[in-house]
Amino acid sequence: MNAPVYNFAYLDEQTKRMIRRAILKAIAIPGYQVPFASREMPMPYGWGTGGVQVTAAILGPSDVLKVIDQGSDDTTNAISIRKFFARTAGVATTTATADATVIQTRHRIPEAPLHGGQVLVYQVPIPEPLRFLEPRETETRRMHALAEYGLMHVKLYEDIARFGHIATSYAYPVKVNARYVMDPSPTPKFDNPKMDNCPALQLFGAGREKRIYAIPPYTSVVSLDFEDHPFTRYRFDAPCALCGADDSYLDEIVTDDQGSRMFVCSDTDYCENRQAQGHRGSESAAPHKERSHG
Amino acid sequence: MTTVAELPAGFADKVLSAQTTFRSVMDAMARPGSVQRVTAESGAPAALMRGTAAIALTLFDHDTPVWLDPLMSETPDVGKWLKFHTSAPVIADSSVCSFALIGDPRALPALDRFAFGTSEYPDRSTTVILQVESLAQGSAFELSGPGIDGTAVLRATLQPADLFERLAINATLFPRGIDVVLVADDAVVAIPRTTRLAAKGD
Repeated sequence: MNAPVYNFAYLDEQTKRMIRRAILKAIAIPGYQVPFASREMPMPYGWGTGGVQVTAAILGPSDVLKVIDQGSDDTTNAISIRKFFARTAGVATTTATADATVIQTRHRIPEAPLHGGQVLVYQVPIPEPLRFLEPRETETRRMHALAEYGLMHVKLYEDIARFGHIATSYAYPVKVNARYVMDPSPTPKFDNPKMDNCPALQLFGAGREKRIYAIPPYTSVVSLDFEDHPFTRYRFDAPCALCGADDSYLDEIVTDDQGSRMFVCSDTDYCENRQAQGHRGSESAAPHKERSHG
Repeated sequence: MTTVAELPAGFADKVLSAQTTFRSVMDAMARPGSVQRVTAESGAPAALMRGTAAIALTLFDHDTPVWLDPLMSETPDVGKWLKFHTSAPVIADSSVCSFALIGDPRALPALDRFAFGTSEYPDRSTTVILQVESLAQGSAFELSGPGIDGTAVLRATLQPADLFERLAINATLFPRGIDVVLVADDAVVAIPRTTRLAAKGD
């Protein structure tokens, strides 16, 4: 048999040790980006190589893994990563948020509240919140060292000056444990309040940028704002078309080329659970279209 | 002369023992003051407790200079065992070590003898692994900080008696600082640099 034989959870033990040490320092310094020697993974950058390496370093045979991509358990990215670990680590997988011990996520935090036995692993494209304001790593590192975050407030202020409100809607900067300004990865700002005082451990892995950072459980995570322009969540002003939820984050689905659309929960597990409990939405993909055709 | 055959064994199952040990240490670090157990079996030189040996086998390698306190370095056993199983260099200068193993906590050097990291790279700091008498009974230490919902009470019999007073420098130094892992047999408690002593009692 010539099939390649991998170590448990794909990564070799030396790599896991290096990542594990980085994770421990990341937890000890909440919000600080720990450099690590990111490896090439059998998937392209942008597909979650950072999150996959963090998951591989913490995963054990008794873990139950859930992987979501924009809240969905059944998109290509989520399925391929879930299969990757089912094959290389033999772990049980699930789509149920409550049953999972490790949840790897791309750009969403599940709607169901997380509990203390869980670890949430984020896939991060650009870990440095100041990168688009200051391209030099030497400078952003010094800004973090001095807690010099005025530039970030200028950016948010420019939003207000231009649009009348803070228009940043995802990757909305947060301050962790009243010290480090951190990029929560491109989650919608709707999810930011879920990071604050969360009972679960949150780990962030950026593969291309080679950084790991963390938010320990029960840690203060504050979205940056101004007294006269306080932070607000945002969701489409509609109930979910499938389950009728009016408190979940919604995806806009275009249903034809006539401008018809429907809003459905981005968190598929949450939506399916609600439907199983008998909740129903309008289930109408194009109400105005039906009207126009009489 | 010690030959390899006379050295105590490492993990029987390197991969899964390291994984369970790491998860215990990670949970300890994420929930300061909580007592986690190391379940992995391994051999260990006489001076190393089970938990310390498992942590060494899990986290040490050629990238992590290790400093041993006088009790650990009294006989060559610990150094040889570490070198064979982990390839970690044992160094004499504590100010550049990644890990410090303390077998005789009463002789814990002043904390500024270890690496605090820099303001730009606070992760380049020493993790001090301190073997203590008990993490089940003794004085009560009320702790607060990230990872703790309100306060957590740690009952421990440990030396030096003023450990938490000494660790108060972490508050002034932050984000630089020292992370401590307390070990008593198979019990592990982490005190990362963000943890503060709220109250102390009997």
